[in-house]
Amino acid sequence: MTTMTIAKAINEGLRATLATNPKALIMGEDIGALGGVYRVTEGLKAEFGADRVMDTPLAESGIIGTAIGMALRGYSPICEIQFDGFVFPGFNQITTQLAKIRTRSSGQLSAPVVIRIPYGGGIGSIEHHSESPEALFAHTAGLRIISPSNAHDAYWMIQQAVACPDPVIVFEPKRRYWLKGEVNTASPGLDAFSAQVLRPGTDATVVAYGPLVPVALAAAEAAEQEGHSVEVIDLRSISPIDFDAVTASVEKTGRLIVAHEAPTFGGLGGEIAARISERCFYALEAPALRVGGFHMPYPVARVEEHYLPDIDRILEALDRALAY
Amino acid sequence: MGAAQLPSTEFEDTDVGGALIEGIAPVDNLVQLLGPDGKLRHDEKFSPYLARLTPEKLRSFYSDMATVRRFDQEATALQRQGELALWVPLTGQEAAQIGSGQATEPQDYIFPTYREHGVALTRGVDLSQLLKLFRGISNAGWNPKDTNFHLYSLVLAVQTLHAVGYAMGIQRDQATDAAMKPAAVVAYFGDGASSEGDVHESMVFAASYQAPVVFFCQNNHWAISVPFEVQSRIPLVNRASGYGFPGIRVDGNDVLAVHAVSQWALDHARSGHGPVLIEAFTYRLGAHTTADDPTKYRLAAEEEKWRAKDPLVRLEKYLRAENLADDAFFSSVKDDGDELAAYVRKTTLAMTVPDIRSSFANVYAQAHPLVAEELAWFENYAASFAETGTGSAAGNETGAP
Repeated sequence: MTTMTIAKAINEGLRATLATNPKALIMGEDIGALGGVYRVTEGLKAEFGADRVMDTPLAESGIIGTAIGMALRGYSPICEIQFDGFVFPGFNQITTQLAKIRTRSSGQLSAPVVIRIPYGGGIGSIEHHSESPEALFAHTAGLRIISPSNAHDAYWMIQQAVACPDPVIVFEPKRRYWLKGEVNTASPGLDAFSAQVLRPGTDATVVAYGPLVPVALAAAEAAEQEGHSVEVIDLRSISPIDFDAVTASVEKTGRLIVAHEAPTFGGLGGEIAARISERCFYALEAPALRVGGFHMPYPVARVEEHYLPDIDRILEALDRALAY
Repeated sequence: MGAAQLPSTEFEDTDVGGALIEGIAPVDNLVQLLGPDGKLRHDEKFSPYLARLTPEKLRSFYSDMATVRRFDQEATALQRQGELALWVPLTGQEAAQIGSGQATEPQDYIFPTYREHGVALTRGVDLSQLLKLFRGISNAGWNPKDTNFHLYSLVLAVQTLHAVGYAMGIQRDQATDAAMKPAAVVAYFGDGASSEGDVHESMVFAASYQAPVVFFCQNNHWAISVPFEVQSRIPLVNRASGYGFPGIRVDGNDVLAVHAVSQWALDHARSGHGPVLIEAFTYRLGAHTTADDPTKYRLAAEEEKWRAKDPLVRLEKYLRAENLADDAFFSSVKDDGDELAAYVRKTTLAMTVPDIRSSFANVYAQAHPLVAEELAWFENYAASFAETGTGSAAGNETGAP
């Protein structure tokens, strides 16, 4: 067990991948000498060379499109998109090409590209630097989408993403990059696509992923002071979603709250609420509730605290659920 | 923008190499080795390539062009008869495709658009399998790994980036495997797609990394109904210098010139000198697709002018004048074409509609719980029809789409 930040854990995960997989390579903007704007790739170019840690021209479609080509040639490219709001020039390549290559080729071709995207708000940044676009990608069949919330998962999930034969988008909770945690470098524990119960409870289930997992845990802690036992599930994988894990929890607690930073409308919370309502109809004591961002472009930094779901927003939903 | 500022091709002189728009200088480096009259032209750099061609090779240029044109006619007929949802004709562009395709080596890799039927032929793809896409049977009737001829791309220009990435992979392979045969990638695109951002980004990446890729643009003058002048105010080939690599404009209806230029470009790329842009100046004699109606946007006179530059006619003139081919040859080419057409028709009509379960199977490589759940639901749903004797929802019938 070693303690490291999430950023360092990803860095070490990438280092382990590059060291063991000769076909793996990293590409993106400013990831070489600078080590990325968040220093996640720091030191990797010096260790593995410019051919495997490649500073690219400043063009996101170009990054994804050439990564697809390299994957077709047998390589395992790991692309870094600098910020969530800058992925959209690459959206066409991701959704019309990367996601479909296996289906389009009747299973003859695959492009196991990994795309890392720092996402989410809470860092006081300027526009286009705080978004949560994961639902736009989750709606696209052919992609797998994961989001670690702690250092151990960050270390292992990037390696599991590269090992996966399908394209994987890793949404990294950028405001948690400096969150420290224990990493067991000897064993991953879970696969990348399973949810994890982080805290057991009996009165309600709170499902969260990425940056909101610590918030959900803190809310559960606060609820306990008030005598409510809240189970917290770290979803970890956004596509596919481990509905079996959520179902098992809600069968027990009878109440479900899903929290994410992304706007609630059209978000993953709606999908989870609908599926769990169907699966757990007779166990539910209250309608599944969602806590998320508003239907607006991400607001300016000085007011983002009112946009982002926090402990009180989750507790407010918990109160509503318990009131049924 | 008024008509005076946006000239329409139908009122312009579009002679090969001529100025397209008043005020824009003609390109002075158009490579032509065989004129529309069937007579050779001299080109200091590329004429020597002709000396390497055997009579057999020259005849194969003709037979390939004639074969794919006959195939094109048959596919068009199949669409008109309701057997294909759509067809994308290539007539007029045979020299550009056969000349470049025949210049590739087996180890090269080809990223086509959706119109490269001629290139497919040169790569050994069973042409009937191209029709699976257009019959709604499969998005890929062929395995690209068999012939290094990639799937068709219908989203414009995406494949140019895939080509550059693939070429970057070749560079890395060559760095670790000295015994590997040098290889290059050909990225096909058209004058319309040249406006897409992906073409720009692919040329930036290719230049930065000196990737072994040949950008092969068939400028067929029309992006469905929009003339070339709307895509570019300068000759497309001139863009290459802006990216920092060579560009060659070639008479795209002259198979000898296209072949020579392509060989040069591929050698250039394979030997580590980086990318090349070829602009094959040609013309789409037919419609964009079978859903298109060129009479709405261009004059028949323009088509007639380009018919006079037909790539097959000029090569036939040359082969006959040089006594390289006789009546028996042309007659056998025609018979072979008819035989291929019959085979394509028979194969197409016998194509089996796939079971939708195969669509579930290929979304992901690794087991996926949602796909599994939905497939299980579908199986139950389909089985419910079988129980009540009202037929199957699963399909697996033959016949027209």
